[in-house]
Amino acid sequence: MTHPSAWLAVRPEGLYCIPGDFFIDPLRPVGRAVITHAHSDHARAGHGAVLATAETIALMRTRMGAGLEGTQLQALAPGEDMRLNGANIKLVPAGHVLGSAQVVIEHEGARVVVSGDYKRAADPTCAPFEPVACDVFITEATFGLPVFTHPPAGQEAGKLLESLRMFPERAHLVGCYALGKTQRLIGVLRGLGYDAPIYLHGALIPVCDTYERLGVRLGALLPATGAAPAEMAGRIVLAPPSALADRWSRRLPDPLTALASGWMRVRQRAKARGVELPLVISDHADWPELLRTFDDVGAPEIWVTHGEEQALIHAATQRGLTGRALRLIGYGEAAEEEAA
Amino acid sequence: MIAFAELLDRLTLTPGRLAKIALLKRFFASEADPDRGWALAALTGSLSFPTAKAGLIRALAEARTDAVLFRLSYDFVGDLAETVSLIWPAAEAAVPPSLTEIVTVLSSGRKTELPGRLAGWLDGSGPSVRYAILKLITGGLRAGASARLAKTALAEFAADLGQPGIAADDIEEVWHSLSPPYLPLFAWLEGLGEAPASGGAPVFRPPMLAQPLEEADFAALDPAAYAAEWKWDGIRVQLVRTASGSRVFSRGAEDISAAFPDLVDVLPAEAALDGELLVIRDGVVMPFAELQQRLNRKSPAAKMLRELPVGVLLYDILFDGAEDLRSLPFSERRVRLEAWVARHPAEKLRLSEIIPFGTMEELAALRAGARAAGIEGLMLKRKDSAYVPGRPKGLWWKWKRDPHTIDAVMMYAQRGHGKRSSYYSDYTFGLWREDGELVPVGKAYSGFTDAELLRLDRWVRAHTVRSYGPVREVERGVVLEIAFDAAQLSSRHKSGVALRFPRVARLRWDKPVAEADRLGTLMKLVGGGG
Repeated sequence: MTHPSAWLAVRPEGLYCIPGDFFIDPLRPVGRAVITHAHSDHARAGHGAVLATAETIALMRTRMGAGLEGTQLQALAPGEDMRLNGANIKLVPAGHVLGSAQVVIEHEGARVVVSGDYKRAADPTCAPFEPVACDVFITEATFGLPVFTHPPAGQEAGKLLESLRMFPERAHLVGCYALGKTQRLIGVLRGLGYDAPIYLHGALIPVCDTYERLGVRLGALLPATGAAPAEMAGRIVLAPPSALADRWSRRLPDPLTALASGWMRVRQRAKARGVELPLVISDHADWPELLRTFDDVGAPEIWVTHGEEQALIHAATQRGLTGRALRLIGYGEAAEEEAA
Repeated sequence: MIAFAELLDRLTLTPGRLAKIALLKRFFASEADPDRGWALAALTGSLSFPTAKAGLIRALAEARTDAVLFRLSYDFVGDLAETVSLIWPAAEAAVPPSLTEIVTVLSSGRKTELPGRLAGWLDGSGPSVRYAILKLITGGLRAGASARLAKTALAEFAADLGQPGIAADDIEEVWHSLSPPYLPLFAWLEGLGEAPASGGAPVFRPPMLAQPLEEADFAALDPAAYAAEWKWDGIRVQLVRTASGSRVFSRGAEDISAAFPDLVDVLPAEAALDGELLVIRDGVVMPFAELQQRLNRKSPAAKMLRELPVGVLLYDILFDGAEDLRSLPFSERRVRLEAWVARHPAEKLRLSEIIPFGTMEELAALRAGARAAGIEGLMLKRKDSAYVPGRPKGLWWKWKRDPHTIDAVMMYAQRGHGKRSSYYSDYTFGLWREDGELVPVGKAYSGFTDAELLRLDRWVRAHTVRSYGPVREVERGVVLEIAFDAAQLSSRHKSGVALRFPRVARLRWDKPVAEADRLGTLMKLVGGGG
């Protein structure tokens, strides 16, 4: 076999497959891109040919507006093999958000899995992560420290419902990222039997509509803008994290601020954000899930794209694996921090 | 222990003062003695356990976790107790200890028993309770509720039980004669016992504080109604002596006698005096930087006592013997203070002088011309003001000197501790030397908004040149306008100069780094402090 380090390169645009002549989640506009999922730091505008799952393409269009998501769009169904120039590729569910996929690349007898962002915990709004045996596993390390163990999402959502019972006069304003976190939180709440209408900040509505169109049922949703303030007392109001401390939230009745993010595990993070009710809900793998995934895919080599790579590589080395930091600058910033 | 841990978590995250008081009240009402008393002691900083230190916690954690992963986690989280509480491997069937059990074991002083007991407690608890236990042990329990707030909550707790006559200041005045778990205090608050008598113990009295003087207040001031004093740049203290002992209190009611053994017995007679603690060498007040070295020591060595001699400049007299003078006007208290000092001369005690002035313009000129290192500005006190605890409006004013500013270049960034841990919030900044080298002159970690912090944090992450553990060296790309109160010679920095209270005044994203200030500009300000 030809070792993948000979045919997968880190270029200024991002991770590049030489025989396939394509970039994966490039950070700058390129001629041919394979996109793992529709979050803004992975799916950027202005590429030429774009290959992704049908859901990711739909979500990219919702986020960017038609025409910016790429000039030639090609949907590839999960599990289907495809030849792209000199490489074979396949998309496999990553469990991160709707449409998210790992990119499996085979070339001259070697198999690399570029996992994108992923999680192993259950999510009612997307297909679960499927481990694929490989020679090199390329992983994120957003929560690559042993202090990060995400509790079950149902337990965290339960805290929100308990708080609603304790403070029925307060609007419960929950910060959650527009794509993925919002729909998962709604799905988990519905799973717990909460069937009251959930109010949405305007920025969350288009993505929820797209999820519904793609067959994910979210129950009764109402726009928060235009709703009478008194109507939202004792209700759940979802908004992007950036809107929590915004003037937008001032019209809510005595809002109790919550934030759904894996970072809420660290209380000083919650404190710095002025969050009264931290909800540790993340769409990224926590530390035990990262390590379990290494075992499941059996790759002797782990490459880390972004996040807390130092600790994760150390842990990989202790398991007898070879670890390598790719230091792809540009992921996990701004928007993604909120999505985590 | 679960209720206490929950209280701590809620206090940490609840922004509103009223909501915090409500949480405290509910806790005091729902928890039993002696647990609630131990909790009160923990919240007010009245618990400390000599045998249990951070080293023990670190050792226990390192025995259960990988050393490298522990270090990286600690760098990220920025707080030892929180790191250990999160990284500690979970155990099945958790039964957390009671607060009383923890206090009993910790205060028993049986060192050899402790590691095993502590490990058992951590195994028996979830992350939140673990955090509370570890904070108790390290004594670093900052609950987002001050000791003062706890006393306010106690007063309201008493009022809810039909005892409206007990004010927070009443609790303050008996506080230092009480000890945990405060059974007589709770009995008093619940109407089941008498008010605890201070029994002649040297107790703390809530101090009178000044409001900052703004331009807008200026015109309304009648110069004839006010006395002026220098605002000395040390720490405000209360010296108390009674028949049963002597104490030095900080203005926050903390007993700091152990840190200042050279002041404990300084009062030649029974009194309670208010003043400024300073390093005074050969009669000259030294810059704050020297006092800072004393403040860093909980129990200083003899050498330090010799090299950094402290004294107190007296502002006020609260008690002369057993006579309470606080209701007298300032001018009369001043006469009593001067008489007391004349009667009881002491080398380490001096009067803070009254500065004569005629008009506000004259006073402004004095303030602008003050060059001495130990002076921060001016104080204005209404001559007819009684000594009123708290910060009453319109009676006392503080009028600080305008700060200096320099434009400096960010050189290193470090993750903060406390509220801003895991953000790059501490910035080492430097100035250009004549040879073109950038040399560090100080560190600032305040003065910017949360939104600016996010932008700085992102910038630091994207422009890191090198990492040294938690410290990142950054590209020379950001100019910080730094405000500071004084510049002093120092051997701690390569530049040879140190700044007093540097903070970020503005972010100068617009300014090219080459146009930042030169070191020579700063050196011209050294020594004068003004």
